[in-house]
Amino acid sequence: MADMTQQLQEQVLQTRNNGQKLNIVGGGTKSFMGRAADSGAGTLSLAEHTGIVEYHPVELVLTVRAGTPIKDIEAALAEEGQCLHFEPPRFGEASTIGGTLACNLSGPSRPWSGSVRDQVLGIRLLNGKGEHMRFGGQVMKNVAGYDVSRLQAGAMGTLGAITEISMKVMPKPAATATLVEEMALEDVIDYMNRRAGEPKPITGACWVDGKVYLRLSGARSAVEATAEKWSGDVMEGGDDFWQQVRDMQHEFFAGNDAPLWRFSVDSTAPNPKVEGSWFIDWAGSQRWFRGEATLADLEPLAKTAGGQVSLFRGGDRSGDVLHSQPEALKAIQRRVKNSFDPDGIFNPGRLYSWL
Amino acid sequence: MNTKPKASKAQLAEQFRSFIDPEYVITDDETLKPYECDGLAMYREMPMLVVLPETVEQVQRVMRICHENDVPVVARGAGTGLCAGAMPHKEGVVLSLAKFNRIIKIDPLGRTARLQPGVRNLAISEEAAQYGLYYGPDPSSQIACTIGGNVAENSGGVHCLKYGLTVHNILSVEMVTAEGDLITIGSDGLDSCGMDMLALITGSEGLLGVVTEVKVKLLPKPEVAQVIMAGFDSVEKGGDAVGGIISHGIIPGGLEMMDSHAIIAADDFAQAGYPREAKALLLCEVDGTEEEVHEHIAEAEDVFRKLGATSIRTSQSEEERALLWKGRKSAFPAVGRISPDYYCMDGTIPRRHLARVLLEMEKMSDEFGLRVANVFHAGDGNLHPLILFDANVPGEFETTEAFGSKILELCVEVGGCITGEHGVGVEKIRQMAVQFNDEELQQFHDVKAAFDPTGILNPGKGVPTLKFCQEYRSIEHKQRKHEQTDAAHG
Repeated sequence: MADMTQQLQEQVLQTRNNGQKLNIVGGGTKSFMGRAADSGAGTLSLAEHTGIVEYHPVELVLTVRAGTPIKDIEAALAEEGQCLHFEPPRFGEASTIGGTLACNLSGPSRPWSGSVRDQVLGIRLLNGKGEHMRFGGQVMKNVAGYDVSRLQAGAMGTLGAITEISMKVMPKPAATATLVEEMALEDVIDYMNRRAGEPKPITGACWVDGKVYLRLSGARSAVEATAEKWSGDVMEGGDDFWQQVRDMQHEFFAGNDAPLWRFSVDSTAPNPKVEGSWFIDWAGSQRWFRGEATLADLEPLAKTAGGQVSLFRGGDRSGDVLHSQPEALKAIQRRVKNSFDPDGIFNPGRLYSWL
Repeated sequence: MNTKPKASKAQLAEQFRSFIDPEYVITDDETLKPYECDGLAMYREMPMLVVLPETVEQVQRVMRICHENDVPVVARGAGTGLCAGAMPHKEGVVLSLAKFNRIIKIDPLGRTARLQPGVRNLAISEEAAQYGLYYGPDPSSQIACTIGGNVAENSGGVHCLKYGLTVHNILSVEMVTAEGDLITIGSDGLDSCGMDMLALITGSEGLLGVVTEVKVKLLPKPEVAQVIMAGFDSVEKGGDAVGGIISHGIIPGGLEMMDSHAIIAADDFAQAGYPREAKALLLCEVDGTEEEVHEHIAEAEDVFRKLGATSIRTSQSEEERALLWKGRKSAFPAVGRISPDYYCMDGTIPRRHLARVLLEMEKMSDEFGLRVANVFHAGDGNLHPLILFDANVPGEFETTEAFGSKILELCVEVGGCITGEHGVGVEKIRQMAVQFNDEELQQFHDVKAAFDPTGILNPGKGVPTLKFCQEYRSIEHKQRKHEQTDAAHG
């Protein structure tokens, strides 16, 4: 529970003066993501910069230092019957909120609850000039200035070190139930989308190993009535299943070195025809793939499906791991990076080889 | 942008007419006149000329020509904005997207709609209704405002707490850059690789690019919606009731509050049967499945009763629901009937400070000698004070602006912000210096330059120059010191 802002700021200024680089690290549980970190760079550790700064349950707003572990946040929220609605994955006890935002990670409820970036209301950020700035706020609506807070989602620290986050929290649902039934991959895309289009309290829809799992959460009466109406068996231990999906502990994800590819695509797109195994989540919007392939092989398939592909974990991380970008967008992103970090001191090459 | 345009009005018009229907390249004062302001009519400026391109390729050519000639460009949708964000530049071009009014495709299965930027907000939901779907954000101007403008302002509405703002409800935008390149930001997936450029574009007030297509998410229409109207004999109790509902774990689809001035004006106008003696009125709409609404309505009524509601009425039919909402939805024109003019502010505050803010506003109202009525998106803390004034009384608008400015500063002081959903534009550019420091403002300028190196897109809006801010802060400082000295001597 310490405010390390001053030390962090001094380290950034010193690094800049010395012409060196910094890898930003929180709990260190997401080091497998992105391209390999620059081995010549120093470490800017947010691990000690922890603690809840403000929490007003009635406002549904929480402000925390970026190094605060997710588990600590969830414990504090649980005391008030609230939760992080976007179900951030916990790759370990040390997983922090700052890293979650930087990597834009959200769990199975994402299509209905919104993502981590959707819950963000404001941040404080140390840019590459060592300036500690405040963007957004602690209120649900704030359109003054550009949305620098949500811009950080997926930037993997390349624009600066997030030091504090204000975000929206939500009440825990009163009841949940999971329905499971057997279904072929060819049929499941259409099925999940049709279910998601019904005005029912659905908060999860995934498919793995020939079975489709639908989760219902909300008012007890609504969950029970929908479970009764829809097909599928009510699953014993449904909550445990979703925890495994959320934290990527399901056996589909086992094996850290074998490449794990992530497709973020049109939820209705037919599944790409490629040899390997699939885990379909987010009612078809997020599809995990395991199989022998290269980024160049998979990009056209992702494009046909209306989206993008990235190498989420494992495989060769010396080349680019994210879907390639058109030149005009590359140029803008380079300039945006430059506007925050003119000397390129933060996380060099972690996001793209060209950034 | 400091350089003077390199081409004359006649030269530019000639170039534009070589590829745009000459009728849609407007140069004469009479036809230019309607473009001189947006929904905030107190701020006016005649543009040099107006173009209404019909294809994306034409938009790109307009941008290239303006870029080459250092001519400012102000993109414009329906002109319903309330911050003078679409006010023209006197040496610039107004680029109207009015011709881009086609719904390109609705995908009922995927629950998305591909839209040209000039499609009206309400038209999306009207078209999607046949599939049992609708578009979430519903700004008050939804009958006229366009989706392109909604993206530019990150528009909200009365359902934000549960369904989010524009930024939460779009998947991608196609955009023409200041240099005339066509880029797509976002994808058909729920997220894209790398930094979240889609969030950055949303709410950027036309300073980063010209949006030429938008893909939005659609939501299944809830089975049932019911609204509870609850009256309270104090603003504090009304505020506590809002907190009470949320603490109870209910997230209402809409949660609106009105003060006594607004209650009476709205009830006179809409004959909605509002409790006219109440000091605060809450409209709490619960939507969802039949079972859920049934359960939550009973709980919400109970919460309101326990927290001292002096009257409670729950809609029993769609007609009754529409009637109860009619008062709130017509609050602005209703207030318009009791005053020659009104000025709508748009601050946001943490809800716990509501009573304090309303009280201080009453004090200011006495000091400035102007009445103020309040409608409040209570669920998300977005306050819309309506300052009543008469533009025909010399100096009264200036007093109104000064009053408004104080309200926004108060919002920042209690931890809120100067604009929840209307945007900064020209109107609130001064208060940007209150909410942000010089480093933050410079960072905004640097982000802008990453998209628009020569600064031709909507110059003079959104982010003030640092020089201006220093001057503004120093005047404020002097005034405050002066006031303190006066108070000390008084």
